[in-house]
Amino acid sequence: MKKRRIRFSHVYLAAVMMVTYLPIVMVVVFSFNDSSVPVAWKGFTLEWYRTLLGDRALMEALGNSLVLGLLSCGLAAVIGTLGALGMTRAHFKSQGMLEYLSTIPIMVPEIILAMVFMAFFSLLGLPFGMVTLVLGHTAFCIPYVFLMVKARLVGIDRSLEEAGRDLGASPVRVFFDITLPLILPAVASGCILAFAMSFDDVVISLFVNGPTLSTLPIKIYTQLKTGVTPEINALCTVILAAVILVMTVYFCLAGKLGEKEM
Amino acid sequence: MRKDRWWLCVAPLYVFTLLFVLGPALYMVAVSFATNRDSGYGFQWSFTLENFRRMLDPVYLQCFYQSFQLAFTTTAVAVLIGYPFGYFMGRLSPRGRKILLFLIMVPFWTSSLIRLYGWLIILQARGIVNQALMGLGLVKEPLKILYSYPAVLTGMVYALLPFMMLAVYSSVEKMDWSLVEAARDLGASPAKAFFTITFRLTLPGLLSGIILTFVPSMGLFFIADILGGNKIVLVGSLIQDQLTRGSNWPFAAALALVLTVMTSLMIALYRRITHVRDLEGVF
Amino acid sequence: MNQIQQETSQEKELNKEEKPALLELRQIEKRFGDTRVLKGIDLTVEEGEFVTLLGSSGCGKTTTLRIIAGLEEPDRGQVLLEGVDMGGQGPEKRNVNTVFQNYALFPHMNVFQNIAYGLKIRKVDKEEIRRRVTEILALVQLEGFEKRMPSQMSGGQRQRVAIARALVNNPRVLLLDEPLGALDLQLRRQMQTELKRLQKKLGITFIYITHDQEEAINMSDKIVVIRDGLVEQAGTPSQIYDDPRTSYVARFVGSANILTGTALRVRGQEGILEHASGQAGFRTGARPVKEGETITVAVRGETIRIWPEKHQPQGLAGVITEKSFVGGMLRIAVALGDGTEVTVSRHGINFDYDAGQQVWLEWDPSAAVLVDREDGPGNVPGSGDRPGPVLADREDRR
Repeated sequence: MKKRRIRFSHVYLAAVMMVTYLPIVMVVVFSFNDSSVPVAWKGFTLEWYRTLLGDRALMEALGNSLVLGLLSCGLAAVIGTLGALGMTRAHFKSQGMLEYLSTIPIMVPEIILAMVFMAFFSLLGLPFGMVTLVLGHTAFCIPYVFLMVKARLVGIDRSLEEAGRDLGASPVRVFFDITLPLILPAVASGCILAFAMSFDDVVISLFVNGPTLSTLPIKIYTQLKTGVTPEINALCTVILAAVILVMTVYFCLAGKLGEKEM
Repeated sequence: MRKDRWWLCVAPLYVFTLLFVLGPALYMVAVSFATNRDSGYGFQWSFTLENFRRMLDPVYLQCFYQSFQLAFTTTAVAVLIGYPFGYFMGRLSPRGRKILLFLIMVPFWTSSLIRLYGWLIILQARGIVNQALMGLGLVKEPLKILYSYPAVLTGMVYALLPFMMLAVYSSVEKMDWSLVEAARDLGASPAKAFFTITFRLTLPGLLSGIILTFVPSMGLFFIADILGGNKIVLVGSLIQDQLTRGSNWPFAAALALVLTVMTSLMIALYRRITHVRDLEGVF
Repeated sequence: MNQIQQETSQEKELNKEEKPALLELRQIEKRFGDTRVLKGIDLTVEEGEFVTLLGSSGCGKTTTLRIIAGLEEPDRGQVLLEGVDMGGQGPEKRNVNTVFQNYALFPHMNVFQNIAYGLKIRKVDKEEIRRRVTEILALVQLEGFEKRMPSQMSGGQRQRVAIARALVNNPRVLLLDEPLGALDLQLRRQMQTELKRLQKKLGITFIYITHDQEEAINMSDKIVVIRDGLVEQAGTPSQIYDDPRTSYVARFVGSANILTGTALRVRGQEGILEHASGQAGFRTGARPVKEGETITVAVRGETIRIWPEKHQPQGLAGVITEKSFVGGMLRIAVALGDGTEVTVSRHGINFDYDAGQQVWLEWDPSAAVLVDREDGPGNVPGSGDRPGPVLADREDRR
């Protein structure tokens, strides 16, 4: 066999990836460090994982983030998918405007969205807390689902649905047997993206979370400004492990099914 | 069949958008023309252009300048690093692409704040960068990298680079390489073929990457906050400040309005140039 | 022009007690936006027939098929299936199945699931479904392919799955929308025979769409030539081929030459055409012709004989302009005195004449048939696929 030549392009890709992972590796390494300041290696410990489990506030923040992520991505999934379906099928005058407006939340800097929500929610007199958080997050989650599903719908051959009708299925049946399975990967991708965005959001949450409610990113943000405890490292290591696990499974499944997506 | 019924599907999106996108947006525009109360909290509904006039103050102009300057630099660096990355990635085998895609996505799903924290660890006075430099004998004293412009730039580029990479990659992936072969066949040098064919055809991806880096970088104030200390004040930080500490909503709204108009112009320009409606690489 | 159809449909009205035709279209009209796609289609299909709708792209044949399937509602007119008006009945309520042009196989289901879909909807018993799917797969020669996904199959195999998926439901009528369009020539020929065999074996009525006249002639019991949203002529392949009623049909089916001149002498079924380049015999068919009348006749290229000089009293003089070898036939273009171009076809490659040479063309009077002439020479299929913008687009999508 011919010897593999080392190409510049491969070196470049590897180098960029290494720098990309450098900060993550640092976080993981210092989660096992027997010192409360991330400066020098003082020895291996699992102490931070133990205190993490006992940290009520941090766990509560994590719980809040998960609930918030699931709620807003679920809401966005329903509104976005239905919207994409309707938009590709129905024809009405304000369609273009609606499409433009509904994607605004991901087209403007987050800080603007945050201030707008904060001002508007206080105008409406909504109590700041989970409700305002969910509304704010849903607003920027919708475009991800909407755009993904719409792109998929445009790619679906209409004759597939006609074939379903032709073979005796009612319009409702056709939707569940044919249309839905075909757009499901797009709905899933949109949801995952939306969830990730919601789970990671600081800016909007910071403005509409209210005085008592805290999400994980808010917690981390406050600590970053005051002082980080290694528990955060430990928590992020756990999350990272979960993400890698889920993504590996997803990639393997996607590869098995021979999907074109990703 | 009864096409009109599809309308019902759009209804939730319609209502939600009107209520929580258009409504707030109009409210913000209105507030930006309102007058701030001199003392205490809140504002009055009396029309004024004062909020916009105030922006012409050199302090705020400086702030806008800094924001744009940082956004442009961030975008430029992201292009320089991200374009070759997306290009090389697109030329890998399908298996290689899949692995890289996986590697790009993983940090993407983990908290951006935590990655920021990772940089904090790296760049601190006794962090690995300084230790390496001192170990090599290049510097005697640890450099003060953290809380400086380079640190902020690093954090910004790092946070936004994946968007650039993916946008360029998706364009490169779609390339019909026989076009490049045709150009070579017609006598173009590799470099000439790259600039006349490949680069031109991947331009939509590149432009979309530029938008996806530029627009958020105007608002990512927390990176500047954490990695830059208080040295670099961006429009984003200014808005946050006016909303919370300054409690001057009308001024914050005016700032936000100007920022929105500016970024919208960028996006409009992008669409004008590429004739593409959806940003490539994301959807 | 639809006299024959109208007569038959009137006849049907009179004898109500008689078993109604399997499928009947009455004055179907349809417009898309500003374009009138169908302008009053009449069609009667009997049990077990293989009917082909033949026409150039954009003539409305696909729309007709979609109206029969129920995928499109006509603006006016009726679709009667076994005498029952199908108006307002969705495609799922009609015992009619379609083989789509692009097959429209569900990409997320394997072959078995695709074929079983219609039966599952009808809540057929599981065992029965398995039995019938296996049976139909054997019929289309795809045994053992149950677990395959459509993406893992070749075009010809997908075609068979699409046919099986429609046939397994035992439809009263099977609609096929240019099902062989995407296949290469050899596979097309093979599938033509196979489709015909299937149809004969199952006795199911087929309505088949094509723009390929050869395909239509090979497979059909009845050909319906559609042009510009109207039925131009309907009949058996030999009626269509030998007795085209209009110059359009004559040109479309077998690309006949169209000559215009004056009727000189009419004796019984035959007459003499007076043309600028000479005289030639023609056959009147059933039509009355007066002497001195301006008439149009259609004559096929393969019935024309070429001679170097005048050979017998009747014939036309012309000059050879071009020779080409197409589809196993030598085609010789001859320009007549008035500029009309006549194409002569001959088997084999040997031909002793050169371009520019004066020649003499003759044919038997029975080879030239009198047709209605109501179109300009622009409406020739091939050169004249009038692509109405909306229509062409519609056809392409299917």
